Amino acid sequence: MYQYDHYDQAMVDTRVEEFRDQTRRRIEGTLAEENFRPLRLQNGLYLQLHAYMLRVAVPYGTLSSRQMRMLGDIADKYDRGYGHFTTRQNIQYNWIKLEDAPDILADLASVEMHAIQTSGNCIRNISSDQYAGAAADEIVDPRPYAELLRQWSSFHPEFLHLPRKFKIAVIASDTDRAAMKLHDIGIQLVRNDKGEIGAAFYVGGGMGRTPMIAPLINPFVPIDQLITYSEACLRVYNRYGRRDNKYKARIKILVHELGKDEYTRQVEAEFAHLLSQGLEPPLAELERIKAHFVDPPFEEGLPDDLDLGDPDFALWVKSNTVAHRRPGYVVANVSLKPVGGIPGDASADQIRLMADLARDYSFDELRVTHAQNIVFPHVRKADLYTLWQKLDAADLATANLDSIGDIIACPGLDYCSLANARSIPVAQKISERFAARDRLETLGELKLKISGCINACGHHHAGHIGILGVDRKGVENYQLLLGGCEGADTSLGQITGPGFSEDGIVDAVEKATDVYLAQRQDGERFLDTYRRVGMAPFKEALYG
Amino acid sequence: MKILTGNDLRTGAVIWWDGSGWSLHVEDAVDVGEHAAEILAREEAARHVNASYAVDAQMTAEGVRPAHIKERIRALGPTVRPDLTLKPADPSALNWVI
Repeated sequence: MYQYDHYDQAMVDTRVEEFRDQTRRRIEGTLAEENFRPLRLQNGLYLQLHAYMLRVAVPYGTLSSRQMRMLGDIADKYDRGYGHFTTRQNIQYNWIKLEDAPDILADLASVEMHAIQTSGNCIRNISSDQYAGAAADEIVDPRPYAELLRQWSSFHPEFLHLPRKFKIAVIASDTDRAAMKLHDIGIQLVRNDKGEIGAAFYVGGGMGRTPMIAPLINPFVPIDQLITYSEACLRVYNRYGRRDNKYKARIKILVHELGKDEYTRQVEAEFAHLLSQGLEPPLAELERIKAHFVDPPFEEGLPDDLDLGDPDFALWVKSNTVAHRRPGYVVANVSLKPVGGIPGDASADQIRLMADLARDYSFDELRVTHAQNIVFPHVRKADLYTLWQKLDAADLATANLDSIGDIIACPGLDYCSLANARSIPVAQKISERFAARDRLETLGELKLKISGCINACGHHHAGHIGILGVDRKGVENYQLLLGGCEGADTSLGQITGPGFSEDGIVDAVEKATDVYLAQRQDGERFLDTYRRVGMAPFKEALYG
Repeated sequence: MKILTGNDLRTGAVIWWDGSGWSLHVEDAVDVGEHAAEILAREEAARHVNASYAVDAQMTAEGVRPAHIKERIRALGPTVRPDLTLKPADPSALNWVI
């Protein structure tokens, strides 16, 4: 894992003391809210529905045990005993007191964490593949490149006041597990015919009010020009992105309005200019960073088999583990979606337990996924049963990964001041409706995603089944979308028709799954069947 | 009726104007009629409240009830965590919200 050098630590420590002073002045009254608000937002502190909310950055979703333990301790010491893992691989605390915020940031800094650039019109936390460094299908570990981008984008003086927020994802396999094409910039690390590493740039994707799939603007940027090309993409956006209308300010609108070809032409022109400026960091810096991401001390010659005699364990293994690139190891997913639970929430005790288990069974490493789950990336198969037993005892062994029970849901109107409708109760009802094991198994992979407003923090556009909460004359109403998908074959869900009540949307989801079961052919997932038969039979079942 | 709400500057807690100060309980809220702007300006300046605004509400048999569900959720707490609401021991409290 990356470890701060003295520059990183000094930057973060300095920011903590700056914010401590700003907070003191706000409370004393020498700083008005209109002046303080942008300062607190730059430190991840929002004012939400019930209290201040602090969003803590988890760079590319990677955490050490020590960091995870601190997240649990913060939940106990300053919040109400829990945290919420988000769709951008971060964690949020919902009940923060302003006067405590500087102390929390100091505690975070003590474990090389912060909340900088988790809000505001800047480059946000870089997200990545949660299986980075463990996946059998990656061409290279994407995290050193994500870290290089993090260092470039942190406090970048030119990009702290962009037209709108800016999100970057970096992956290194054809299986996109980070919704890469739905980011402002999606970077896929690739290898060319000569075996050299480069970066394919997808620019102008996003969800929200106007969902767009990012087009590929350059299939191979040499890796020693990664930062320069990123800078060119941002410069063109910063120059021409709209600042007069926040709903048209994201880069996806600029790319769409200019057209991919014209935007690309401008980026290439800027890139050519920047190449002469020598701003690319030396490759030695990338090598320095890479040294932090060397393999943990994997053992050789481990047995590759598992005793699946315990049927509950066997179910979990089948559902929640994926192949590791090293024999004798496996990647284990912890679903934060117990039946009827709140997607992404974990108690302080659960967070600390996962920290301890990562220390004991996963070389001290954890990952946060954009699906609001936790990953132990490097578990010896010989340890997996013990790990599962300890997770099970803490209600952390729900076997439902990528099923209809593994629902992504934003905080919705229960917590968020932007939301129009509650997301979590809908997720809970669907989770309970489909809780039976045979139903989950029959339905197979079915990604359901819920947002409580058009901002789409719950990724509803990318759900095989998506749900969007809206406000219809003061009453919560839910639109149903079908056919969305993230990944290599990214697609955007289409709205089925008129919306439903809170209970009605649960019935509507069930009807959609009934259509799938009636129409599916051998081996088809819900998404495959939808793509083959189209919207018509679903509409007929829902509204006919 | 028009009632006033906002957040406590230090704690962020949701608070309601009760005629002479700020209360955590919406049932203490009073109708401010046409005086919303002047009260809010004075209270914000004194840092008694942060991010304040006026909302529509009705006086019902159960007391003051904000017109919009968002304000009712603010008044009680998250509907998905009754234990964290202002009335954790009252199972009917959620009916008031919805």
